[in-house]
Amino acid sequence: MAEQNLLTILALAPFAASLLLLTYPHNALRAAAWTSGLTLTAGLLILLGFRDLIQSGESVRANIQWIPSLQLNISFRLDGFSWLFAALVLCIGILVVIYARSYMDGQDRMPRFYALLMAFTGAMQGILLSGNILILVVFWELTSIVSFLLIGFWHQSAAARDGARTALLITALGGLGLLLSMLLIGYIVGSYDLEQVLASGDVIRSHHLYEVTLVLFLLGAFTKSAQFPFHFWLPGAMAAPTPVSAYLHSATMVKAGVFLLIRFEPALGRTPEWFYIVAGVGMLTLLTGAVISLFRHDLKGLLAYSTISHLGLITALAGFGGPAAIFAAIFHICNHAAFKASLFMTAGIIDHETGTRDMRKLGGLIRVMPVTAVLAIVATAAMAGLPLLNGFLSKEMFFAEAVEWHDGTWLDDALPYLAVVAGAFSVAYSWRLIVTVFFGPTPTDLPKTPHEPPNAMRLPVAFLVAVCVIVGILPAITIEPALNIATRAVIGPGAPAVHIAIWHGINGPLLMSVIAILVGTYLFLATARSIPFGPEGPPIFHHLRAAKIYDWLELQFSWRWPRAIFKRISTEQLQPQLRVLVLTALLFAVASLWGSFNISNTPRLHQPPPAFLLMWTVGAACAMFAAWQAKYHRFAALVSLGGAGLITCLTFAWLSAPDLAVTQLLVEVVTTVLLLLGLRWLPKRREEIAEDKLLPAKIRRFRDFIIALAGGTGIAVLAYAIMTRPLVINIGDWFLGNAYYEGGGTNVVNVILVDFRAFDTYGEICVLAIVALTVYALLRRFRPSAESVETPAQQMQTSAQNATDYLYVPSVIMLWMFPVLILVSAYFFFRGHDLPGGGFAAGVTMAIAFLVQYLATNVRWVEARITVLPIRWMGFGLLIATATGLGAWIFGYPFLTAYAQYVHLPVIGQVPAATAMLFDLGVFALVMGATVLMLVAIAHQSLRANRLREIEEEKADKKEAA
Amino acid sequence: MELILSIAIGVLATSGIWLLLRPRSFQVIVGLCLLSYAVNLFIFSMGRLTPGRPAIMPKGGFVDPTIYADPLPQALVLTAIVISFATTALFLVVLLASRGLTGTDHVDGKERDQS
Repeated sequence: MAEQNLLTILALAPFAASLLLLTYPHNALRAAAWTSGLTLTAGLLILLGFRDLIQSGESVRANIQWIPSLQLNISFRLDGFSWLFAALVLCIGILVVIYARSYMDGQDRMPRFYALLMAFTGAMQGILLSGNILILVVFWELTSIVSFLLIGFWHQSAAARDGARTALLITALGGLGLLLSMLLIGYIVGSYDLEQVLASGDVIRSHHLYEVTLVLFLLGAFTKSAQFPFHFWLPGAMAAPTPVSAYLHSATMVKAGVFLLIRFEPALGRTPEWFYIVAGVGMLTLLTGAVISLFRHDLKGLLAYSTISHLGLITALAGFGGPAAIFAAIFHICNHAAFKASLFMTAGIIDHETGTRDMRKLGGLIRVMPVTAVLAIVATAAMAGLPLLNGFLSKEMFFAEAVEWHDGTWLDDALPYLAVVAGAFSVAYSWRLIVTVFFGPTPTDLPKTPHEPPNAMRLPVAFLVAVCVIVGILPAITIEPALNIATRAVIGPGAPAVHIAIWHGINGPLLMSVIAILVGTYLFLATARSIPFGPEGPPIFHHLRAAKIYDWLELQFSWRWPRAIFKRISTEQLQPQLRVLVLTALLFAVASLWGSFNISNTPRLHQPPPAFLLMWTVGAACAMFAAWQAKYHRFAALVSLGGAGLITCLTFAWLSAPDLAVTQLLVEVVTTVLLLLGLRWLPKRREEIAEDKLLPAKIRRFRDFIIALAGGTGIAVLAYAIMTRPLVINIGDWFLGNAYYEGGGTNVVNVILVDFRAFDTYGEICVLAIVALTVYALLRRFRPSAESVETPAQQMQTSAQNATDYLYVPSVIMLWMFPVLILVSAYFFFRGHDLPGGGFAAGVTMAIAFLVQYLATNVRWVEARITVLPIRWMGFGLLIATATGLGAWIFGYPFLTAYAQYVHLPVIGQVPAATAMLFDLGVFALVMGATVLMLVAIAHQSLRANRLREIEEEKADKKEAA
Repeated sequence: MELILSIAIGVLATSGIWLLLRPRSFQVIVGLCLLSYAVNLFIFSMGRLTPGRPAIMPKGGFVDPTIYADPLPQALVLTAIVISFATTALFLVVLLASRGLTGTDHVDGKERDQS
């Protein structure tokens, strides 16, 4: 049990740290770095604690049930392979955190940077630790998204934005493929559990969907690991801050693709298709990356293509398959992480200290930063695969695997030669890196005067280089056991233990190495003079850039074609869209009722009282009048709209819905006031629109009238057909029968709202809060139309004296209504559970109490006397409602379970005291806050308009004076 | 009674839909309000009409559900009323902002002949 919890903590701690970091102030660089570093260290300690268990070849599992019916469980699983990889991620992460602290500028928002870094670590660990292949895809996509945010961290630069977008599009496309392939695998195997999938290799390989699954799977892995032809996003991603490049785009995230290839090799691999595609693409990438790398002028660009090339090498090894190749692949993942992360960090140091990354400008840096130079030279030697360094060992293994017989096809025969050519190019670009950056004459036109970097930047590099040397000299006692465990975790317990030796005697791989080094040195010497003056890419081929093709495709797919299609099939005009909406609704209603529609033979009818008929005669007249006048006489339309609303309210009261009647009445009041306030900013429509009298406009109106009539008739017939049907037993009966016994209230409507269906209500008040905040936000930047900025004509005509006495008696009465309305509100609230009323009605009443004060006097008068903080009311309302819901958890019940009890208070008597009332209190506070916020925000516009007017007058005066 | 109410719903809906299809934004707002009355009444009427028997239960004892009004549509409509107020407010603000920004109250932000 303890192990399960530790594993869950290991997987989730980075996310927690990420959320925590987001709350830090912008300048909390030190605290952010410490939090991140300690989180990663804690993770590493947990991993160390699992060491004994992992060594015995076992795996640790933790299961959290999520949606069992869909087999979707959040399960984590740690075995030898993921243990090694997770340790790698955490180690490099700690070094990057230390490095970034000095590298990043003080002006950057560092807590945000570290928060993203932690989120990435969490997502990456999620990929490694997922025990469910669907959850794995979720984490996979998460790394893409966080990578997008990190590449675009310096979002002011266009290169960063473009690089981020390209990276996201490519990796997310691959992620989609991966998701599909995982769904297919789940379908084939019948389970999404990783262990079961890995054990079902034979079933998957013999299934007729195997090829489709494989291609989709490889699409995911290849895009992530920047394999040809998807490699071009990685150089674009170099616009990211260098710590990100070191961490995500060389050491860890891009390895997720090869991780997946290795992990699923037992399930999907060991077929000719796998060998051809994976080994073929790997070799192609290895070669292309190495060749292009030699011709790059940007230091990070060179390293990026070198990374692509090394990823190709690992991919090829995964393609070969078999214990030795898998062993070599895992080994090279670790080695590459060590030397490439240190090289990226060195590139960052050089960039930081000299102000440029252009190798044509750099040179002679060994004289000004000797320590950094020595470290970089050792790391580069490891990258080139020189003896006594870790890169040599895994490269030898790769050569050995390339020589090995696989299936005798032409690809297999060509492998050794391709490997040597790629090796030669990697030696050549390593030479170029060292010679051009560290040797030669000291440049004079650098943007900054270079010197040794701060220790915190050099330390991580030194550590990684030390690892390269130690592993290179003493592989057997440092990393060999962990690699063997990891290989066994992938292949199975039967995998033979591999022994890493530095000296195997003079054999094929060694000869290949020697040839590669000699040819590479010659390549460099032959091209050293011409490359700096050439284009950024190999001769001839630099015209054919994958990035250019991609840009063209992106333009077509995301801009030209959508716009062309949009022009054909859609419109920006609202009216046709609404027309289509109404007609579609009509069509579906008619189609679904066609043939089966009938009106009950024994209709349930009530004799209509004459008053009801009279009422709706007025109501219908109001509605039609509003429709008729809404264009030119908005005020008249508004009044008659209110009339229709009041009739609706009376209908509710008549037909046994007192709660609805109360709420409708109150809402009617605030809606009318709101629209009236809005009318102030809607300039009067003065001239009649001439076009309206013409035939086309008449035809349009007639057509819309027919549509409206069809819709209205349809809904009327439908309403009549249902209303006259006898009532069948339904869920409402259950609510009626149980409201008192289960919910402790006699007003069933209220009990439904705050108890039985409280979660729905919770959602609705959230919507209300969001809408209110949106209204508030929209009004903060509101610019009224030019015609309505002036003082309204009515106000100009009345003198100042008249304005103070304006409606004097009513305004005094309205002021006195304040306490009365508060009392009414409280009354509505407390009786709500048993009698009509409740939080909604009470909240709106309270809002009206404030509103009346604003109406009776003016904004300044009210706000000098009452402090209304609507946003806080809303916040507290939401908090109370949430806390009530969470309170149920403490007692072991589901969210928002209510508890009801009557309490005897002296004098007052029996008082209902249900926790549902607390929830209703939250509803009350939120509804009140939201309503007041919206009304006050719009009422404040006249104050703002006054200020605007004053400012403009001042400006005009100044102009005149000038 | 049923006939009157369904005709009333029909009139409200017709006026609402007609206004919804009009070009001026204030017309659309009034149309949405009318339509929301119609829809609220429609949903409410799904529980059938029961004059004079609000869903207020006795404290204890046997409850005969057939004699009370159906509370469920009422609960649905209650929140709908408040939400429709919120959307009206939102739409009103968008209308005002659009009027200020574009200088016209046409729903598309430009007059028909300008397009």
